[in-house]
Amino acid sequence: MKDTKSALLVGVGGQGAILTAKVLVNGLMQAGYDVKMSEVHGMSQRGGSVSTQVHWGEKVYSPVIGKGAADIIVAFEKMEAVRYADFLKPDGIAVINDYELPSLTIAAGLCEYPEGCVEAMQENFTCHVLNAGAIAESLGSAKCMNIVLFGSMVRALQMDGIDWESVIAETVPPKFRELNLRAYRAGYEAVS
Amino acid sequence: MKHLLSGNEAIARGAYEAGVKVCSAYPGTPSTEIFEQLPQYKDALYCEWAPNEKVATEVAYGAAIAGARSLCAMKHVGLNVAADPVFTASYNGVNGGFVIVTADDPSMHSSQNEQDNRRYARFAKIALIEPSDSQECKDFMRTAYEISERFDMPVLFRTTTRVSHSKSLVEFGERVDVPPRPYVKNVTKNDCAPGYAYQKHPKVEKMLKALEEYGNTCPLNRVELGDGEIGVITASIAYQYAKDVFPEGTSFLKLGLTNPLPMDLIRDFASKVKTLYVVEELESFMEEQIRAAGIPCIGKEKISNLYELNPQRLRQMLFGIEPEIRELQVKAVSRPPALCPGCPHRGFFYTMSKRKDVVIAGDIGCYTLGGTAPLNALDTCICMGAGFSAGAGMAKAFEVTGQKKKVFGVVGDSTFFHSGMTGAVEIIYNKANIIPVVLDNHITGMTGHQDNPGSGYSLEGEVANAIAIEDVLRAFGYQKILIADPQDLSAMEKAVDEAENSEVPAAIIARRPCLLIKRLKHDIGSCEVDPDRCIGCRSCLRVGCPAIMICGGKARIDANQCVGCTVCAQVCPKKAIARKES
Repeated sequence: MKDTKSALLVGVGGQGAILTAKVLVNGLMQAGYDVKMSEVHGMSQRGGSVSTQVHWGEKVYSPVIGKGAADIIVAFEKMEAVRYADFLKPDGIAVINDYELPSLTIAAGLCEYPEGCVEAMQENFTCHVLNAGAIAESLGSAKCMNIVLFGSMVRALQMDGIDWESVIAETVPPKFRELNLRAYRAGYEAVS
Repeated sequence: MKHLLSGNEAIARGAYEAGVKVCSAYPGTPSTEIFEQLPQYKDALYCEWAPNEKVATEVAYGAAIAGARSLCAMKHVGLNVAADPVFTASYNGVNGGFVIVTADDPSMHSSQNEQDNRRYARFAKIALIEPSDSQECKDFMRTAYEISERFDMPVLFRTTTRVSHSKSLVEFGERVDVPPRPYVKNVTKNDCAPGYAYQKHPKVEKMLKALEEYGNTCPLNRVELGDGEIGVITASIAYQYAKDVFPEGTSFLKLGLTNPLPMDLIRDFASKVKTLYVVEELESFMEEQIRAAGIPCIGKEKISNLYELNPQRLRQMLFGIEPEIRELQVKAVSRPPALCPGCPHRGFFYTMSKRKDVVIAGDIGCYTLGGTAPLNALDTCICMGAGFSAGAGMAKAFEVTGQKKKVFGVVGDSTFFHSGMTGAVEIIYNKANIIPVVLDNHITGMTGHQDNPGSGYSLEGEVANAIAIEDVLRAFGYQKILIADPQDLSAMEKAVDEAENSEVPAAIIARRPCLLIKRLKHDIGSCEVDPDRCIGCRSCLRVGCPAIMICGGKARIDANQCVGCTVCAQVCPKKAIARKES
C-alpha cells in the first residue's frame, strides 16, 4: 500500500478518459509495475460524470481508491475536478482542463454552473491548469485533448522514466499517431 | 506474457480455456462484456444472446444435460428472472459442467437494487465461487466446471462491478479439450416430476455435505498465516480491500468457494487467531453462518451492508480512521445521465410530457431516462417487462376505483422480446385499458448495443431473421398498430391521438434506429440558432437535449454535440432553429 501510486481520471462520458487511462496503463505495464484499473460502465456513460482509476506499484491489491487517497487527479472538465476533489490526498496534484461543460440541469436553467472551480482547487492543492481543448485545436483536432492532458500529467507526476512517446505510438490508431505525439509534447510543455 | 484484462474478459477467456462449448446470455451491466468477448472463440464454442435470462439459463442447462460444458451470464437482477430453472437444476444435477455467472452491482452504478446474490446459492443449494481479481476470474472458471461435474450440480459464479470492470494482469493457459459426455436418456435424473424430485432432495443434501468437505482442502480456499493476533475471513473484492487495510502480520482466510462454507477450515483458522474479523461487502452471508457455528467474530456491527466498500470506507468503519480530505468552498452540481443528442426516444417522451392526466408505466433501458427532468415523462420503473404488466394493473385499479386516467406502458424493443410480450398478451386478453408502446431503436442500447431478436443479427455476427414487433402484436390481436417516427413530432403526436381514440385495441411502435448503431449509415447534421429570431423563451430546453443551452438569454446549440435531429427546431415557436445545409 505504502509504495503504490494512484491516479483518478475524471470527466464527462465521451471525453476520451478511457483511452488516456489505457496509455497510462500500457506504459506502467511495460515498466514492470503491477497495475489495476477500474471504471464504471452502463448508465453513467450517457452524458454523466465518469471516473477511471489507475493504481500501480510493486504489488497492488485494491483496484479502487477511496477518499483522500489519490496522488493525482486529471480533470477533463473543471467542475469534475471539484466533484472528485475529496479523493485527492492533501498533498496530491490536480491537472485541470480549463473547460466548462454544463450539465443538462444547468443547461435547462435548474441550477447554475458553480463559479470559481479552478480557484477553489488552486487554494487547496498543487494545480496545473491548462486549456487542453484550445491546445488540441491548434494542433489540428479537438479529439486529441485527452493526450494533451496526459502529457501534462506525465510532467506533473515526473514519470519520465518511461518512453511515453513509443507507448502512445503503439496505443493509438496509426492515422492519429503523429497528432497524438504532438499533443503529448504540447501537454508536457504546458505545465512546469 | 501477462495481459491486462477486466474480470469479464478474463471470465470469457476462462470459459474458453475450460473447454466450454455452449454459451447463452442476456446483456446486463456489469456482466455484458463476458459475452461480447466470446465470439473471438467461435471456432471452439457456440455463443448467443438469448431473449432473456431465463431462456439463456435453460439453453445453457439443456446443453449441460446433453453433455457439453456450458455457460450462461447475467446481471444480479437477471438471476431473479432465471431463478426457476436454477432451483430445479440443483435437484436434477448436470452431465457436462454448468456455470451460471451472476454479476452483482453494489452501489447500484447501473441497477435498480443492490441484492446480494450469494444468497441464491444457499437458497438453491448449489456451489458458489467468488473470484477477487481477473486472474482468479480466469482460473476459477476451470475449477468451477470440475466442481460442477464432480458434485453433479450447477455452479453459481459471482462477481461484483469491481471484479467485473476492474482490470488486472492475467497469465493465460491452454484450452483443455473436454470431450462431450455421452447423453443417455435418464428420466429419473432429468425429469423433475414430484415422485422423482422427492428422491432427489436427499442427494442434493449429500452432495452439499461432500462439497463442504472438499472446501476444507480445495485450492480455491487459501490461508495466509500471520502472527496470530488478527485473523480475517474474506472473499471476493473485499479481500483486496482488507489486504490494504489490515496491519502487517494479519492472517487471512481467503475463500473462493463460499457455498457451502468450509466450516472445519474456518474453525481451524479461528482457533489460530486472537481476534477474528469477517469482511464482506453487502449482506452478512458468511458471518451469519460462522456465528451460527458458535465462532465469535467482528463483522457487520462495524461494516455497513449498504453500498460497495473501498479501502478508505473499510478503514473508517473498522478502525475509526477518517480520511484526510480538503473541503472545498465550491460544490459541483449534479451531472445526471441524459438521453443522447439525437436519441429517437426524445421525440416520444417530449410528446408525452405535454399531455395531462396520463400515467406512463416505464421500463428498464436507455428510455428510463425519459423520466428525468425536464421530460419527466415516466411514472414508474420496476423491472424488465413491468412497463406493460404493471401498467395494466394500474389501469385496472383506475377503472375499478372510477378514476379517469389514461395509462401508457412503455418498453424498448429488446425488453419487448425479453418479457414485454407476455405483458402485451395480458393487456389484450384481459382487456386492460392501457396503450402499449414499443420504443423500437433496433438495438439493446443501455448495455452497449447488443443485438436482439428484432435487430437481424446474432452475437456471432450472422444475419438472422429479424422478428417484426408489429407481426407479433397483430398475432396477439391488436387491430390498430400505429408506427411512427418519433423524431417527427407531428407524426408522433398523431399516432398517440389515434391510439387514444381508437375503438379497437391499439398499440404504438415508435421506430427509429439508435444513432450509435455502427453498421448503419446515419444522416448526421447540425442545427443552429438564429439569434435574431430567438426570443429566449426556453421552449427548446424542454426537449432535454444535452446540446442545447442558454447563453446570454438566448438559446445556443453546441455544434460538437448536436447531430441535427431537429426535434428542438420543431418545438421552437419562432422558427429560430434550423438544420444547417451542408
